[in-house]
Amino acid sequence: MIRVVLPAHLRTLANVAGEVVVDVEGPATQQAVLDALERRYPVLRGTIRDAATQRRRAFVRFFACEEDLSHEPSDAPLPDEVRTGKEPFVVVGAMAGG
Amino acid sequence: MSRVRVLVGTRKGAFILTSDGGRRSWEVAGPLFGGWEIYHLKGSPADPDRLFASQSTGWFGQLVQRSDDGGATWEPVGNDFRYEGVPGTHQWYDGTPHPWEFARVWHLEPSLTDPDTLYAGVEDAALFQSVDGGVTWRELAGLRGHGSGPSWQPGAGGMCLHTIVLDPTRPERMYVAISAAGVFRTDDAGTTWQPVNRGLRSEGIPDPDAEVGHCVHRIAMHPSRPDVLFMQKHWDVMRSDDGGGTWHEISGNLPTDFGFAIDVHAHEPDTVYVVPITSDAEHFPPDGRLRVYRSRTGGHDWEPLTEGLPQRHCYVNVLRDAMSVDSLDPCGVYFGTTGGQVYASADGGDRWEPLVHDLPAVLSVEVQTLP
Repeated sequence: MIRVVLPAHLRTLANVAGEVVVDVEGPATQQAVLDALERRYPVLRGTIRDAATQRRRAFVRFFACEEDLSHEPSDAPLPDEVRTGKEPFVVVGAMAGG
Repeated sequence: MSRVRVLVGTRKGAFILTSDGGRRSWEVAGPLFGGWEIYHLKGSPADPDRLFASQSTGWFGQLVQRSDDGGATWEPVGNDFRYEGVPGTHQWYDGTPHPWEFARVWHLEPSLTDPDTLYAGVEDAALFQSVDGGVTWRELAGLRGHGSGPSWQPGAGGMCLHTIVLDPTRPERMYVAISAAGVFRTDDAGTTWQPVNRGLRSEGIPDPDAEVGHCVHRIAMHPSRPDVLFMQKHWDVMRSDDGGGTWHEISGNLPTDFGFAIDVHAHEPDTVYVVPITSDAEHFPPDGRLRVYRSRTGGHDWEPLTEGLPQRHCYVNVLRDAMSVDSLDPCGVYFGTTGGQVYASADGGDRWEPLVHDLPAVLSVEVQTLP
């Protein structure tokens, strides 16, 4: 069970309030979490990762355990605290724009 | 009694303004999709309660929303816009090759006859078609692949396919316009395309009368006379009487022939509206006076329409998709500004009043006339 915090716009799209929880089969990686998130909330396809390239969108970052994981390989294991549900995996929209 | 529904896309959401056929009292609903850029929303002529909206942000990309109840409820449909095959390159601002990359949907054009079919004009410029109500999208790749695609170059707003005009008498014919490539026409429902820019002259490109490379801002057609097209180019207001085969200038006595929006009266095919903007360097009306210009002669002779519009200290812009007409009699004309006003005239442009004053910057205005 992995806790995920979404930015406000994506919570609205997914019609959720607060954190969401996803189950990941196999190793808990960024890719596995995002795959599970998009399976549960298909409306989020293309909003975090480009639908064609599966690359993280430029103004989206991934934080966890007070670290920026955005540039970690998508198949790298997530921290134990995220894997065990102690800490959330945080999807962030960059603070920019007007 | 007839009703009018005005669909307004803004930088921070969508709004729907409704009135009865008298057009005196308006209800305002919204914002829908608050905080998102709504480049365009438009209803299906075949099923007016089916609406489509292009919703995007630089952060989270593109969604397409669909309503089947006139805008009361919405559901996201398909947002997977993949170029056909290996996309190749077009020219970047500096003339170097740049890979085709999807950025957003600028314009949605529902079929005139089938509520499940619609077209999407996107940045980087390409045309997509959906035949299942927006759930899946397929590129009509003959447009980018017709030959000149690698030479297309973006305008200041990006390399966008922003105008899609369907011929109501010949279902196989449609026109698209791209900044800054020009107008293209298909006569086989989108399989093959040809540039139709003869007669355009643009001083900002190396060959001013090149076949491709013109920054066309918008084209408009009256459905009763589909071979006649009106164009607001970057500079110049133009007209074609042969389906884009040749164009001639009709700027006439306009105070400036730079602008974005252009539209045609619902019942008078030779009555045309533009909103002159000072220049490509100054995107606001000349002298701080917001004036719509109307020609009743298909161009050349233009009259300023000012009653009810601000005539001092007005420095807003009217963007390319932000003008529309209803089909009541007398014809209603509507336009939105980057200052967040939506103005309407219920008498063909003689007198104007703001329907709303303080929306976010208006990107698009579409009008539905309902039974």
